[in-house]
Amino acid sequence: MPRDGRSKLSRRAWITTTSGVIAAGLVKTQTDAIKLVAQEAPSDPTRVPGKLVSELGGRAPAEEPKRLVRAQALSSSSRTPLADLMGTITPADLHFERHHAGVPDIRLEDHELLVHGMVERPMVFRMSDLMRYPQVSRIQFLECSGNGGGVYNRDRMPTEVTVQALDGLLSTSEWTGVAVSTILREVGVRRGASWILAEGSDAAVMSRSVPLDKVMEDSMLAYGQNGERIRPEQGYPLRLFNPGYEGNTSVKWLRRIEVTDQPTHTRDETSKYTDPLGDGTVRQFSLAMDAKSVITFPSYPYALPETGWWEIRGLAWSGRGRITRVEVSTDGGGTWVDAALQGPIMEKSTVRFRHLFDWNGRDTVILSRATDETGYVQPTVEQLWDARGTRTSYHQNHQRAWKIARTGEVTFGLGELV
Amino acid sequence: MSRVVWGACLLVASTAFVACADSGQTAAVARLASGEVAVSGTPEGIPAHAPARFEFGTEASATRVAMWDIDVRPDGEGLPPGSGSVAQGREVYNVYCVACHGPTGMEGPNDRLVDSEQWDDVPSTRTVGNYWPHATTLYDYIRKAMPQLTPGILSDDQVYAVIAYILWMNEIVPEDTVLDAETLPAVVMPARDKFVVDDRVGGTGPVR
Ligand code: HEC
Repeated sequence: MPRDGRSKLSRRAWITTTSGVIAAGLVKTQTDAIKLVAQEAPSDPTRVPGKLVSELGGRAPAEEPKRLVRAQALSSSSRTPLADLMGTITPADLHFERHHAGVPDIRLEDHELLVHGMVERPMVFRMSDLMRYPQVSRIQFLECSGNGGGVYNRDRMPTEVTVQALDGLLSTSEWTGVAVSTILREVGVRRGASWILAEGSDAAVMSRSVPLDKVMEDSMLAYGQNGERIRPEQGYPLRLFNPGYEGNTSVKWLRRIEVTDQPTHTRDETSKYTDPLGDGTVRQFSLAMDAKSVITFPSYPYALPETGWWEIRGLAWSGRGRITRVEVSTDGGGTWVDAALQGPIMEKSTVRFRHLFDWNGRDTVILSRATDETGYVQPTVEQLWDARGTRTSYHQNHQRAWKIARTGEVTFGLGELV
Repeated sequence: MSRVVWGACLLVASTAFVACADSGQTAAVARLASGEVAVSGTPEGIPAHAPARFEFGTEASATRVAMWDIDVRPDGEGLPPGSGSVAQGREVYNVYCVACHGPTGMEGPNDRLVDSEQWDDVPSTRTVGNYWPHATTLYDYIRKAMPQLTPGILSDDQVYAVIAYILWMNEIVPEDTVLDAETLPAVVMPARDKFVVDDRVGGTGPVR
């Protein structure tokens, strides 16, 4: 039955229908009866018993948040609907995806991790072995370094772009697993080692080199995501998770770690994920994600229906530690005020910020800018252009602006500012 | 490296950033000894009463390591025996690659593989010919990931051959080239010296 048909169903008609079915003997138990009544959305939920408990929950039928799929190709991505989300945690089924050869189908019992190279004892771990090691759990973001690339090109600055299309290659989860340092302690790293190579068991055998210092500091072999086993799209049953580093280094479906004394220079750290700076050089191993923020409300395609009090909401994060401050401007960058930050503020994690705004109905541009614990302030796009030229494709963490028109319509507004 | 020192280094590393190279290691031990760092009972650390080794997991045999250790480094480490010529590579390319990368490696529909035009300030394309810093990456990548729908189908010789052909199309090697574990790492890629390590450091300094 169509949704509005349902709500128009009068209570009287509903009782008549139900009684008819009961009279016809189709309902034998209380469970049958409740199932039947639960099919209809009554106009007064206090007059009808609700649905029974179930083994697996679902969203309210009207709630249909979806990832935005780029292309149905083996090497493709889908983006998190940031504007539909509240707080900081991304539901696992809405976590963004980026795969290079599809999502492999791996059985938990079959999966093994080989750790070898410059180690005392090369070892193979099954998932049951890894689960037995001391566990760590942290709420941290994962972001593709290509996030935001759509608003860097001076000649192609879009206006009708959603937060999802713009910055949806960002998600936050509680990741659970074993510290890489715990496993390296087990195999015994040899003197002189300085990098690892992490390799996935997808059809692209995606591989990245990561500095040993980094993985010893806070990297994790993650098998849990938001309380459940990691989802196939996020690397089931095992992924590397490098907090604060560009997402591509957090190799999914991890099958091998080789401890080395040099980076391997794989395709995804040479041909891709490198930054030509405009002065004849190419920046390589640009791994940390610098501080960034984005207003998720109001944003395109939303329109403020009336003037008055509105809460500007958004997310801020830094791959170099904690966010210490988020400022909001409601006059196109002329003046800035501190937004309220929602605690707890965690390291290399997203922070929800809010700022109460009394919109007087005039045209304006709203912006946010984040500062992290190193003192780094989210730059303007001009600052990035000055530093890196206009032709890089990754790490575009510049301030985002939204234009609010007199009509209340919101569009991406950076074009106006540059 | 003695196990005791290594253990200390790890314990500290779980709560603070410490490089476990020589200097960092010394610093870590010093901080540990001074009682500056809490080492036990932290949620992420290994508790003080943990054994030196848990021995979950099994030792990997040399055969097992050899089976899975398929990456190739710029110094040639990891390259298998075998060889392939430009002429053989043309045949491999026209059977296994042409459909997605085009007759001359420039037409697509997928990634462009050929551009011998070099650049000064910024590249207008990023291809093997004008952007890839190391020829060995071709071996690492093609063996693992190409052809995209049937990865792993090429023999070691065929991989050498198709690389020779791609490098020849990019005007990096002459037509009589034969590549093997000795000659491939010796190929100097035009863009090799353009690559510099990331200098961004966060903080209040200039935006980089
Ligand atoms: C079915 C289509 C298909 C076939 C066949 C195919 N490729 Fe590819 N190739 C791709 C796609 C798609 C990518 C990009 C993958 C990605 O970005 O993750 C790619 C990427 C590459 C790259 C990296 C390009 C760069 O600059 O980063 C190389 C090198 C390559 N292919 C070589 C080959 C060779 C050699 C063959 C034949 C043995 C081959 N490909 C066959 C689809 C194909």
